[in-house]
Amino acid sequence: MIDSDFSRRGLLLGAGFGGVFLPDALRNAVQAQGTRPTEIKLGITTFLSGPASVFGVPGKQAAEMLIEEINAAGGIGGVPLRAIFVDEGPGLDHLVGEFRRLVQNEQVDVMLASISSGSCLACTPLAEELKKVTLLWDCGTQRIFEEHSYQYAFRTQANATPEILAPLLYLLKTKPNFRTVAVVNQDYAWGRDSWEIWRTAQAALKPDARVVAELFPRFGSTDFSTEITRLLALRPDVILSASWGGDLDTFIRQANERRLFERSTFVMPLAESSLERVGRSLPAGHIIGARGDHWHMHPRPRDKAHLTRFVENYRRRYNAYPIYPVFHMAQALSALQAGYAKALAAKGGAWPNQVELAAAFPGLEYDTPTSRMTIRADGQGLEQQLIGTSKRVDTHDFAVLDNMVIFPAEMVTTPAGKISTDWLKTLKPDILADMPAPIPYA
Amino acid sequence: MSRPGGKQEALLALAGAAALVAIAFGAPWLKFVLTIALAKGLAVLGILLLLRAGQVSFGHALYVAFAAYVVAFLAPLVPEALVLLPLAALGAALLGLVIGLFVSRYREIFFGMMNLALSMVFYSLLEKFYHFTRGTDGIRVQPPRVAGMALTRDGYEWALFGIALGLCLVAGWLARIYLASPMGQALSAIKTRETRLEFMGISARAALLFAYVASAFLAGCAGAIIAMTTRHVTPLLGYWTASGELVFIAVLGGAGAVLGPFLGAIAFELVRVYAAATLADSWQLILGSVLLGVILFASRGLWGVIEALLRRGRRA
Amino acid sequence: MADWFADNGLLLGLALLDGISSAALIFMVAVGLTLVFGVMRILNVAHGSLYAIGAYTAASAGIFAASLGLPAWASLPAIVLSAALVGAVTGPLIETLLLRRIYDKDPVLQLLVTFALFMILEDVQKLIWGVQPMQNDTATRLLGTIDVPFGADVIPFNAYQLLLLPGVALTVLVGLTLFLRRTLTGRVIIAVTEDREAATAIGIDSTRVFLLTFTFGAALAALGGALSSPTASVVPGVGASTIVLSFAVVATAGLGRIEGAAIAALMIGLGRSIAVYFAPEFEVVVPYIIMVAVLLVRPQGLFGVAVTRRV
Repeated sequence: MIDSDFSRRGLLLGAGFGGVFLPDALRNAVQAQGTRPTEIKLGITTFLSGPASVFGVPGKQAAEMLIEEINAAGGIGGVPLRAIFVDEGPGLDHLVGEFRRLVQNEQVDVMLASISSGSCLACTPLAEELKKVTLLWDCGTQRIFEEHSYQYAFRTQANATPEILAPLLYLLKTKPNFRTVAVVNQDYAWGRDSWEIWRTAQAALKPDARVVAELFPRFGSTDFSTEITRLLALRPDVILSASWGGDLDTFIRQANERRLFERSTFVMPLAESSLERVGRSLPAGHIIGARGDHWHMHPRPRDKAHLTRFVENYRRRYNAYPIYPVFHMAQALSALQAGYAKALAAKGGAWPNQVELAAAFPGLEYDTPTSRMTIRADGQGLEQQLIGTSKRVDTHDFAVLDNMVIFPAEMVTTPAGKISTDWLKTLKPDILADMPAPIPYA
Repeated sequence: MSRPGGKQEALLALAGAAALVAIAFGAPWLKFVLTIALAKGLAVLGILLLLRAGQVSFGHALYVAFAAYVVAFLAPLVPEALVLLPLAALGAALLGLVIGLFVSRYREIFFGMMNLALSMVFYSLLEKFYHFTRGTDGIRVQPPRVAGMALTRDGYEWALFGIALGLCLVAGWLARIYLASPMGQALSAIKTRETRLEFMGISARAALLFAYVASAFLAGCAGAIIAMTTRHVTPLLGYWTASGELVFIAVLGGAGAVLGPFLGAIAFELVRVYAAATLADSWQLILGSVLLGVILFASRGLWGVIEALLRRGRRA
Repeated sequence: MADWFADNGLLLGLALLDGISSAALIFMVAVGLTLVFGVMRILNVAHGSLYAIGAYTAASAGIFAASLGLPAWASLPAIVLSAALVGAVTGPLIETLLLRRIYDKDPVLQLLVTFALFMILEDVQKLIWGVQPMQNDTATRLLGTIDVPFGADVIPFNAYQLLLLPGVALTVLVGLTLFLRRTLTGRVIIAVTEDREAATAIGIDSTRVFLLTFTFGAALAALGGALSSPTASVVPGVGASTIVLSFAVVATAGLGRIEGAAIAALMIGLGRSIAVYFAPEFEVVVPYIIMVAVLLVRPQGLFGVAVTRRV
């Protein structure tokens, strides 16, 4: 491939004789005159190794598929896209170096950063320093825009707060009489953060519910027998698990084999990404979330033909139903297209520089495969949340979602300028009255 | 045996340093990679001291991570790089002394495993004390002042690159003196004939302890520089694969001379960057093959190759 | 107070059952490494990769068997066959192509060869099996559950984990011990373990012993992985977490001590499950705490023999 040869040679030159490249300022000056570049380079950081590659690789595949489609349709403003992928797996010192390489050497036009919250927390301030428009395409931490404000970084999906609050509201509505709760989360930042959000909201909305066990098995555990035995003995009414990937698959299978699903109601905010893999191991009657409003059988998509085409194209290419990181990537690329379109329009068709491109994102509206989203003034995306109850049907050999509630983004997202944990404490049980009616599986 | 003399090594070191400055000047993004590489080189220099005694630590990332977290916690209180760096390194050395008192009793595999176990305990603690350390999300480090000056991004990057390079030169020089001294010679004796050492009235344990504390100090310097360069610390800095990486670099560079670790670290980081740029999803395969190649065909490491070239040059 | 004790007594009983089944798996993970280390003095970092490859192969074989319409019981021999296959293919390949070239080199280099191999195999796994979690639970479903009474309640346990895994572990332990003590090949292996130079001096072909041992060790690693596949999903990165755990077991046990590995596995398994009940925050560090504690008291590990220092 000519492209990759070129970049390899660029690297070689960079290492050997550096300085042969146009400095940033010069290049920006060229752009400032509004000349159309020959391509739009995207730097995409994602997990290509380690356990989180169960999300990272589908995300990468989605990007490859969508970029091909966008380019086939003429690219953005007539300019084709090209993606350069970077692995988050080796750790932050490597990732931050790669981020610089992409910005300073490859001269990418936009960065799409990170699955891991830690990666996002490290890359966002760097993006700001390097003055490079960066779309946070998948990471969950709500801290990014609550603790700092950024000019160049935007999140094209929701964050942990709505993703955990929505399943809790769903639970409070559908099973209002639970008394005891246990949690089994992976022992790392997401597991701890999501539990903190849940516990804070639960204390505000249902103060009489008691937490009977807080289990944080090692990230990447392959056996949950002991945790399951303990939960079987405790018989909590509700078991929360915000785990994902192989950990969640194993937990679901082992819990099913040992009939834990018969004793407790499970709430699994990320289980959409495991549905197809765990197949018949997931029984009916448990609460499933998807980190957003995405599901390949979304009951009321914005444009049904668009969703069907998206799902079928992905299935044809990769032989699996798209899961949430695939949708998240689609959202980021759609926001990118809308952002460029807006910036180009604002400049009367001349090519925008980084400042002008960044200015397009606050208040930006863009279509996703399932709905239409907005990016708030603080950079946070407002995304609906789809929560449902698992149901067994004859047509699929995996559980589907029933009684789906699509939470409006404003209802479950921390208002701009507020800290999630403070805001959650102010929630009142009457919030449940505003919950939309459930939609049955059809 | 004809080995390159001290003068020749010093010249090579200075030439290498000049080359690095030139590269950093030409390709700004490589400056970051090189700073990290030099920092790792410092930690690997510590590994080399222990290797001289035949001991392999599979847990030295513990000291790197410890110092990095010291910087992360202290940076808001003392935002001065020239204070943070020695504080963090001394902290790591102190921790090294406490742990060293206890692991210096062990040899070979047990020495390696004890270090591995302690580093994994520390790694787990970093994750466990989530409310304090922010778990795997890690802690962001605000750029400190350097010698009282608040620098621009570029100036700050140059300053850290300079500090790292300066430290490497000084540490390499000191390590050379140390290895030539009786305390340093005692290390090689631990590897080959430890009991004889004690007949001579030298405590093998004290000799090893000294090297261990020095290696913890060097790893601490590395951790502090890494924290101030990446400006975000996470527990992954202390995971066992990070420790393995240090040993990996030591062998890649060659344990024969103090230049080896730096040679190895720079080669390692560059190979990784190249591998990531060409095959983002198979960089481990490339890195593993390079290491395999070095061990099988140049078991004295990159330094060994250079040494052979020099010798041939002199003979010619 | 009495009530508290009655409750926790029962819980302790449950913890014991969980601990034994998890110890069985830990033993299976570590026994191959112990054997290889004991005989060849090489701490094989790629052991974790072989474990993962065994798990992937067994899961694939199970899925393949099911697609052929074979009965559910076929998944049990499939597990053993996959492990044997992985051992027979990778063992001789790694030993003859790589390890054989470095026996005379520094132990650090030997270790790093396996580290390099580990890195390479991590990516090879991804190339072959992709990144999506894989699993085949035919065997667990076949064996069903056993209800264990718990006060007025019953707790269902997987028969596979409660009975089959400890059974296999015990068989391997007894079988291996008998093989090493009673058969000629076994005694030859022990002779090499105890004193390599002396064994070579009396005409033992250590090349053959090493090849045999490494292949056997690789098969045991693969068997550990294969046995885990019916209950656990195989994902990228499973090798890395497996290998540290087995290191802890091997060092706790004492070099190359099979029976030591069994006891170390039991300590770690029980320690972990008791931690889940009474101090869940400590579960993760249990293996390391046990290892440090044991080495503090016995610097050569549980069953290690103090080696005289070289003069």
